[in-house]
Order: sequence, then C-alpha cells, then structure tokens
Amino acid sequence: MTKSELIEALARQQPHLALKDVELAVKCIIDQMSETLASGERIEIRGFGSFSLHHRPPRIGRNPKTGESVSLTEKFVPHFKPGKELRDRVDASREKYKIID
Amino acid sequence: MALTKADFSERLFDELGLNKREAKEMVELFFEEIKASLERGEQVKISGFGKFELRDKASRPGRNPKTGEEIPITARRVVTFRAGQKLKARVESYAGTQ
Repeated sequence: MTKSELIEALARQQPHLALKDVELAVKCIIDQMSETLASGERIEIRGFGSFSLHHRPPRIGRNPKTGESVSLTEKFVPHFKPGKELRDRVDASREKYKIID
Repeated sequence: MALTKADFSERLFDELGLNKREAKEMVELFFEEIKASLERGEQVKISGFGKFELRDKASRPGRNPKTGEEIPITARRVVTFRAGQKLKARVESYAGTQ
C-alpha cells in the first residue's frame, strides 16, 4: 500500500469529505509525525505503536570504495516499536496472507 | 510529553478546519487503515516518511532470562519500520539531550 492508496481508502470511508481534504489531512498527520521526531519528541499511538529516537555514538567508518577510514559523528535514528494490537493482528493472520509489497 | 492521537486531531481541527468529530475519526481511520493493510500482509510505504515492512520469522530456541529455562520461540510475523531518507536526514541532526 502506498500513500496515495491510503488516501483513496480513507476517502472511501469518509464520503462526506472531498478527496483534496483527505489528501491534506494525510499530509498534515505525516508532517506532524516527522516534525515531532525531528524535535526529539516521542509519538505514542495506543494499539499501533510508538516512535522514538535511538542514539548512534560516533564511530570510525570506511569508504567502501576506497577503504579509507572516515570518522562519523554521533547521530539519532528513528525507531518504531509496534503496539500489542498491531503485533497480535499481524501475527494472527500470517497463515492466511502472504507478504506483498 | 509524547505526541498522541489527540494532538493529531487538534492540528486537523486548527489547520484544515475539520470539525472535532471528523478530525478524531480521520486520525482513528488513518492508523486503523495501516494496521488493516499490514494485517492483510500488505506492506505500507509512505513516501517521505518510511516503510512499514513485514517479516516472517522461523521458530528458534529461546530462554527465560530469569530462570534460564529453555522455551522455544514460535514462528511469527513481525512488523518493522524503515525510515525514509527524508525522515532520517531530519532526525539525524537532532542535537538535544534525551
């Protein structure tokens, strides 16, 4: 499922809203998630999961082409922990559905 | 304070003019639709944000960390999230202390 398919599915379920408004709403939710993480704050959605930042300490990396070592500064990476409901639902249906893109 | 569903609907109310009920419903449906898709085995790719992927794990031997007792971990399907380039770049430079 892609973002546009998600928008279409949400529009079908809310026929009183214009497609344009559903598009804007989805964009608004996604922007707010990115902004929140960019400011170092967590996101907690009950039943879905939580997003937080994980710290990566500075390290010496290598340029894979030249083999030369490069020092990399510390950084933060986004991390998602699925909630119980999502974990249970996905696992319960694993024999019924194949994984598709 | 972590961001919750109420914060998302508040912004939909403030910025898009959805009424409170519509805003709340939109946020509920947004997360429910992603869960339903993953439940059907369909991975979800949100461009600019990231991809919710599915992985089938084989069973493996496990251990109760408290008692040391061996208990098999059953085969299962799990959800993983891979942040997209844009989100990674925005988060990487976060310099605050946690």
